Amino acid sequence: MRRPDRTTVAIGAALVAALAAGPLLPKWALFLVEVALAKGLVALGLLLLMRTGLVSFGQGLYFALGAYAGGLAAQAWGLGDAVAMLLLGMLAAAAVAGVVGLLLARYRTIFFAMLSLAFSMILYGLLVKSSALGSTDGFNIEPTTVAGFARSRGSVYALAVVVAAAAAWGMHRFLLSPRGRLAPAIRDNELRVEYMGASVRAAVHLNLVLAAAMAGLGGGVNALAVGHIDPEMAYWTTSGEFVFVAILSGTASPIAPFAGAILLELLRSFAYEYSPNTWQMVIGTAMLLVILFLPSGLWSVFRARGRAAG
Amino acid sequence: MGDLLAVAIDAVIYSSWLFVVATGLTIIYGVMRILNMAHGSLYALGAYAAASLAGAWSAAGWPAAGTYAVLVAAALLVGVVMGPLVERGILRFTYGRDEVVMVLVTYALFLILEDAIKLAWGVESYFVTEPYQLLGTLDLGPLSYPLYSGVIVLAAVATGVGLRWGIYGTSWGKLLIAVIHDREMAAAMGINVGRVFLVTFTLGTTLGALGGALTAPTVSVVPGMGVEVIVLAFAVIVIGGLGSMPGAALGAIIVGLVRSAAVHFLPQVELFSIYMVMALVLAFRPRGLFVAVEARKI
Repeated sequence: MRRPDRTTVAIGAALVAALAAGPLLPKWALFLVEVALAKGLVALGLLLLMRTGLVSFGQGLYFALGAYAGGLAAQAWGLGDAVAMLLLGMLAAAAVAGVVGLLLARYRTIFFAMLSLAFSMILYGLLVKSSALGSTDGFNIEPTTVAGFARSRGSVYALAVVVAAAAAWGMHRFLLSPRGRLAPAIRDNELRVEYMGASVRAAVHLNLVLAAAMAGLGGGVNALAVGHIDPEMAYWTTSGEFVFVAILSGTASPIAPFAGAILLELLRSFAYEYSPNTWQMVIGTAMLLVILFLPSGLWSVFRARGRAAG
Repeated sequence: MGDLLAVAIDAVIYSSWLFVVATGLTIIYGVMRILNMAHGSLYALGAYAAASLAGAWSAAGWPAAGTYAVLVAAALLVGVVMGPLVERGILRFTYGRDEVVMVLVTYALFLILEDAIKLAWGVESYFVTEPYQLLGTLDLGPLSYPLYSGVIVLAAVATGVGLRWGIYGTSWGKLLIAVIHDREMAAAMGINVGRVFLVTFTLGTTLGALGGALTAPTVSVVPGMGVEVIVLAFAVIVIGGLGSMPGAALGAIIVGLVRSAAVHFLPQVELFSIYMVMALVLAFRPRGLFVAVEARKI
């Protein structure tokens, strides 16, 4: 068997460390990590899109879909297991991306950003006005079991960690596969990719569906962590926050989005404590600084140091 | 019949408001290729400035009729202060980057401005009642309309006519068109592109702030009022074609009609319908209704 590469080892080590640390961490920290991992999942999908040269301002669409699909199944069919809810949410998000992707895959740059934003706002508009789904209040989501275990803070945490690690590893493998390697090629020059015999539209479509699946999973994990779903998940500012995490993390490594999301959530909890009214200003300033001085994201700092060391 | 009349009047009022807000956004995009996500915050700033200045005006006991001028002055003030500040202070360091990067930069600006507004004005709401109350209402059969809405319609017409004259009727407009067509060639011909950008951004900012200042008397000025405006203005200019003035007008009319029809006949789909139209237009005319398709670059 081949020796596993560095990223795989790092993901495995992070998984073991996170699971081992679970029982030691206080409840608020477990919650913080769960929410961060949920956002990290969405940002992981954005990483794939950004490698393809696309920035989506509408990942909230899939984020909300992933949460609502699971939550609705729980209400309508009495689906009680968190794992089933996550899978259902992921499939629903991927299916919707499969359909809107037919259209979205033809768009680039700001037109892609705007059309994805429009789609997420359509869902927001629908959710806000549908009283059966709780309108602006949303509804609570309370699965009884997590993969057969009783639901507790601990079991939800373990599920979030395992799902995030699996997604990161899956994305890592995909990025190394021929299909995954098409993404940067498409960003650099689409026409040449076509000349090589690859279908740009099919590749972009596939990446859209994968990114949506990640966002759907993220939405599901977020719903489990918070225990509540509301239309705000589809609003454009939610999507903007995912873009922020993706920019902060850069596209160098599938671990980066999770690191970026945890950093963001840590910052947020402290900022809320000390100056709640300047939180967005902190985020905005950080984002400006990263775009201006670290265009490849915070992760590139490690990269540069690693290269300098040898 | 009465229903249709009501829909038409609402549509005219709403479209006018949309046009004033969206036209600043489309000018900035047309000239600078920046889709300014911070536009909603500038709109909110205009509203806050109007509320504060009008409040001070009334408190000083000056004639209430002057508040209309105060609204416009507030918009000018925001434009002249914020436009150069943002353009010279931040945007000019990012010229030449991708359009998408510019979206992210202005999104960061939006986040900063949202909190800056909260820091400056706090989180309580502000009201400007004078301009609205002074004019009273107009009764049309069973319907009653505040005459102040007429002011907004007039402002939209004045904005449209003024911009058309400014762009096609003055030598400065000719420079602007040259920069739109080819930035580098214009610079080579001796046009000060940096100054054109500065003036354009200030103008766009002023228009956004004017939208906010004119809205201030009809709503309570609260934090977050710009958040929804951004996506609405996006919908308008995306429908018409980014960077196109007639496009912004047409987009405003379409969105205005759709929304007022939805409000009257099917209130559940109000929000949804606007974005549905935006998605539909993008699906069939990706660059909007008024913009020619660009050649694909190798």
